[in-house]
Amino acid sequence: MTEQPVDFAATKPVNSPTGASAPVKVTLGLVVAALLVALPYLARGLGHDSFVGLVTQVLIYGIAALSLNLILGYGGMISFGHGAFFGVGAYVVAILYFHHADDSAFLDLVPGTDNLLITLPAAMLVAGILAAVIGAFSLRTGGVQFIMITLAFAQMLYFLFVSLKTYGGDDGLMMRRRDVLPFVDIWGDQTFYYLCLVAAAFWLGLTALIVRSRFGFVLSGLRQNEKRLAAFGFSPYPYKLAAFVIAGMGAGLAGALMVNYLRFASPDMLHWTKSGELMMMVILGGTGTLFGPLLGAAAIVLLEAVLTAQTEHWQLPLGIILLAVVLFSRGGLAALFRQLGLGRP
Amino acid sequence: MTQALLDVRGLNKRFGGLIATDDLSLALPEGELHALIGPNGAGKTTLVNQLVGALEHDSGSIMLAGAEIGHLPVWSRVLRGLARTFQITETLPEYTSRDTVMLAIQARSGHSFRFVGHARGDRAIRDEAAIYIEQVGLTQRADVPVGELAHGERKQLDLAAALACKPRVLLLDEPMAGLGTVESQQMVSLLASLKGHVTMLIVEHDMEAVFTLADRISVLVYGRLIAQGNVDDIKANEEVRTAYLGEGDV
Repeated sequence: MTEQPVDFAATKPVNSPTGASAPVKVTLGLVVAALLVALPYLARGLGHDSFVGLVTQVLIYGIAALSLNLILGYGGMISFGHGAFFGVGAYVVAILYFHHADDSAFLDLVPGTDNLLITLPAAMLVAGILAAVIGAFSLRTGGVQFIMITLAFAQMLYFLFVSLKTYGGDDGLMMRRRDVLPFVDIWGDQTFYYLCLVAAAFWLGLTALIVRSRFGFVLSGLRQNEKRLAAFGFSPYPYKLAAFVIAGMGAGLAGALMVNYLRFASPDMLHWTKSGELMMMVILGGTGTLFGPLLGAAAIVLLEAVLTAQTEHWQLPLGIILLAVVLFSRGGLAALFRQLGLGRP
Repeated sequence: MTQALLDVRGLNKRFGGLIATDDLSLALPEGELHALIGPNGAGKTTLVNQLVGALEHDSGSIMLAGAEIGHLPVWSRVLRGLARTFQITETLPEYTSRDTVMLAIQARSGHSFRFVGHARGDRAIRDEAAIYIEQVGLTQRADVPVGELAHGERKQLDLAAALACKPRVLLLDEPMAGLGTVESQQMVSLLASLKGHVTMLIVEHDMEAVFTLADRISVLVYGRLIAQGNVDDIKANEEVRTAYLGEGDV
């Protein structure tokens, strides 16, 4: 998390709308980073141990939302199938664990493992390859067709996993224990929280890097006007596909962490409602902003937790709050913070 | 005549029953400023779109510096040295003029699959962009988002961005359209200053501008070239007068 405050100042365009001054932002970033690091101790001190689990979920969904924002917010590709990569990442980990426990091999070829150093990259790799395949087809279209094709691919995968009886079908696949890391015991919720914090900081840093790079410069341009960029000599397709693959890998990472957190993978993780939830996080937080998706993920996970404690019809008030924020802030929570003079573009 | 830099031969394009381009041949030697005129609906923009690759032609060939480019995609033709400006400007509304021109330079500086480093902070590209922006007179407005620029300024930017592609041949689709008198004059003197340095094909309705600038003029009517020659030839041509120029004051 130490690089985060640096990014506050460095990614700020020369001509950005006036927000808070750089020192205020750096201070704010440091405070948030410090709070996140100290959170398990604070939570225990205040007697709210369960809060750590909640923030773990925020961080995991935050990674997924950050990855979706790269294509949706920066690249302008409205993918309605991002849950597919999230779910497939989760299933890769769960299936590898299943074969590890079973002492068998996936397709009689790939032996199982519960080593997180293998399962996390494997989940990202498989999600990335899947994104390359889905992207290669769907990016040949645009607009509504693109939304529908990404949705269709995700739903196909959903039904594939529902029908895979070996791996639990629609009951999902349980993991008896979390994966293991050498030297670090992530069985405890506190260490697992720190693992997710590091992963989220890593993906945030990666996104910040990409967005300000030449690649990000082109990607944002493609969102604004593809024809314009073609007339400069950029071929849009490879850039969009690369972004789509990176986003798929991010969602795969999030899914791999989520299945470790829940110790359970289910087809629901690929369902279109999950894709919709991720989109909501991005839009609520602020599309095309660096920190927006994290804010959106926090808002939705925490609101859901608070509202479900109050009423079983929690989706109604959640929907109303989402509508209000999106309608009145014009740019999600990130814009709201900016209007309060706190945030950054 | 020496080998033409842009050589179009026997180009045809139909939209159903409508013949948009009718066996059109056109050769631009290096350094020439060639104007394409014709009444509305003559197929001028359709021709430009075929030349740059935004529209597929039915038959014929388009050669750039001796190489066939007629079946390449738009971006590939740009990298080979065929840039354009737009009649209705295509903009990146959230980017500034500086961003836009920098992006155009970045496009020809190798691939952009670079994920680290600050794109906007690239000194060399930034400095080069400043030159093109200065050239069209947009320096004062270089850091304003393009969405907030006036129409005339967008036209200037469009030209700066096209020049930043370092084209061998530049196709200008109505660079004067929608400009005020003063802006038009500025654009004419700007184009005059480029004359000889870059080969240009200008589609334009402003006859005064065309007669001031052009080395040669081609007249397009119903997709067919009815005349070609220097300014005096075209002014004197009877067919052109009746088909086109006769409609208004010359």
